[in-house]
Amino acid sequence: MTPSRFRALSAPVLVLVLFVLGLFPAPSSSARADSWEGLTNRGVVRWANDAEGGAPYIFHPADDASKLVGFEVEFAEALCSRLGLRSEFVQYNWANLIPGLRQGGNFDIVVAALERTPENLAQVGMSRPYFVFGQQLVARAADTGITSLDGLRGRTVGVLGATLSQRLATEAGAEVRVYDENVNYFRDLELGRIDAVLTDSPIAEVNLRDRPLLRRAGRPFAPGFYAVAVPAGDTRLLERIDGAILELYRDGTLERIYRKHGLWSSEQATIGTWTDSGEAANPVTRPAGGFARWNVYLPILLRAAVTTVWVTCASMALAVAWGLVLAVGRVYGPAPARWFSIAYVEVFRGTPLLLQLYFVYFGLAQQLGWKLSAGAAAVLTLGLNYAANEAENYRAGLQAVPRGQTEAALALGMTPWLTFRRILLPQALRISLPSVTNDFIALFKDSSIVSVIGLVELTKEFLIRALDAGDYLGLGVMTAAIYFAMGWAASAAARAIERRLHP
Amino acid sequence: MIHVQGLHKRFGDTRVLEGVDHMQKAGEVAVLIGPSGCGKSTFLRCLNQLEQADAGTIEIDGLVVGPRADRKTRTELRRRTGMVFQQFHLFPHLTVLGNVIEAPVHVGGMSRADATALAMELLAKVGLGDRAGFHPAQLSGGQQQRVAIARALAMRPRVLLFDEPTSSLDPQLRGEVLTVLRDLAAEGRTMLLVTHEMGLARDIADQVLFFDAGKVAESGPPEQVFGDPLHPRTREFLRGTHS
Ligand SMILES: Nc1ncnc2c1ncn2[C@@H]1O[C@H](COP(=O)(O)OP(=O)(O)O)[C@@H](O)[C@H]1O
Ligand SMILES: [Mg+2]
Repeated sequence: MTPSRFRALSAPVLVLVLFVLGLFPAPSSSARADSWEGLTNRGVVRWANDAEGGAPYIFHPADDASKLVGFEVEFAEALCSRLGLRSEFVQYNWANLIPGLRQGGNFDIVVAALERTPENLAQVGMSRPYFVFGQQLVARAADTGITSLDGLRGRTVGVLGATLSQRLATEAGAEVRVYDENVNYFRDLELGRIDAVLTDSPIAEVNLRDRPLLRRAGRPFAPGFYAVAVPAGDTRLLERIDGAILELYRDGTLERIYRKHGLWSSEQATIGTWTDSGEAANPVTRPAGGFARWNVYLPILLRAAVTTVWVTCASMALAVAWGLVLAVGRVYGPAPARWFSIAYVEVFRGTPLLLQLYFVYFGLAQQLGWKLSAGAAAVLTLGLNYAANEAENYRAGLQAVPRGQTEAALALGMTPWLTFRRILLPQALRISLPSVTNDFIALFKDSSIVSVIGLVELTKEFLIRALDAGDYLGLGVMTAAIYFAMGWAASAAARAIERRLHP
Repeated sequence: MIHVQGLHKRFGDTRVLEGVDHMQKAGEVAVLIGPSGCGKSTFLRCLNQLEQADAGTIEIDGLVVGPRADRKTRTELRRRTGMVFQQFHLFPHLTVLGNVIEAPVHVGGMSRADATALAMELLAKVGLGDRAGFHPAQLSGGQQQRVAIARALAMRPRVLLFDEPTSSLDPQLRGEVLTVLRDLAAEGRTMLLVTHEMGLARDIADQVLFFDAGKVAESGPPEQVFGDPLHPRTREFLRGTHS
């Protein structure tokens, strides 16, 4: 399931927003615990999912990009009509579905492959299963050595973040690479960047169809259930939904839908026989918020911050060096160098960073066979992108140095190169330092974008842990504090340099 | 020692120098005067090779540079001249000492210690021995210009070129720079000086050149050019500067 890209882009901002929102408690959910009457009055059920989830759940078919299809779409529509209500789809960021449901207001239920796990049951009401899935291990066809999770100790396994797959792969001692949607790990597996993927069987089912390089490694195991989520305590709605699911199963509607998508299996019989074993009545007690357990979460976040720091610093080093070359080409170079520099800056400033990241990480690997590691792709992309900014900063700096400086240096017999190195560059750097510092601090925050190619840096770790702990506020404050400290350290360093330059 | 013949220079359609001739012996001081825009700066800049003349030759101590001179020869000519600008153009990121030793160390290949000793001597000479560790921004205009003079002297040029060295200074700051100029002239330095300071010109010039329309319209000893100018344009110009 793909949480929206927006989140990755603006995650540090989101952290602060969540923090601020956290100061204003949402209306307590018990006040509207019984929503059935409201729903029947309105005549419509708003069900939420993330359209980026992909096949077979919810996707835009290749032949008609305006339509939304998938087995969950059809199930949700069948469910609503069985409840006697109209169905209305609400697009929502997958990773935030549960917090969104708890907060209320945007949608009434969630039909989005949410697993019926103790963690989820502790936060929202969950229906009886509407789909039974297993964990499917996927490996490269050529790599016949991999047959089960046990053989994966020390090998790299791609999983979706905050899922059963992640937990099982971690427990098996594998080197876990966390993704936030379910297509890219198959690409990385094909490209040899990872050794296996552990995922839900429907995802494997669909993605293996057009990927001849990959194969199932063993049979599905560790059965799990997808269930409809409703606000906690909304028992009347839950009973109706449970009833409707059972009817849809018994009258063959579910089988028809799932068969259509190639997802029907004998395991689905559990939908009819399942009884509540009492997990819901006895939910796991959640640990007190993330804040209270700061001694657990802070080290985890700090470790992730190390990734943020090295990605940022390495990218900035590249941006500074390459930006300087571009600026010199722009200011002093011959016409072709000038044109190249102008075009470079415009292209990199004028296209989204995310697009560039995908281009470098997947585009180069698929079309040219340059399989960069996620870290290298992240540093390369951020570095090349920020080089455009730095080039402009240095250009402004170089152009701000008065012409007389060059003349004085040349008149003293200095060569053009010596003049540049000893006289112009130091002054230009001094002039551009404040803008470069700004960019450096911005890069700390922008580096969170690299989570989309599986690098767990600070923001990604925050999102994973906040979901685990069910505490966006406490962990958000900690994460924001770490970002603040990093940015503050960067500006302190810049101030020290500035003092050395302006004695 | 200096022999300039038929120097021509144009910028696009603007003809700036149209056949400048000039002769000067070692140890002499030549003062250039003339209305603004008549090409005085351009002339000095050609001598220093900040501009390249289109035609004509420049000879300094037997080294002849014509329009087709190679880079090495032009660099050598530049090494024989030192330039002091109206706006000083000190390097703001370097200290006073750093400004003076920059070229001896990085161009002349002098050791830092030797360059520092030389620089301190020159700074003392221009009366700034106690300002070596300052930055240009911490100095007055007159002090900055004196540092610029020390900086030019540090490369031991055979000819010193001054382009209106006191014009951007407040009147009360000019004296200290004029004193240094007088000292240098008294030492027997070969100097070309563009200035509006007629008193200075009278005192130190061996010859005064009046520039007009890209040529030397009139030249001679100061007593003659100031006392009894031949050219009507010179008279007109001198009337303007006296009033
Ligand atoms: N780099 C240049 N490009 C174009 N025109 C110039 C340039 N330098 C000087 N000029 C022109 O040449 C003429 C002479 O300038 P200059 O030598 O500075 O005169 P002066 O120093 O006698 O006042 C002026 O008309 C000026 O505008
Ligand atoms: Mg001038």
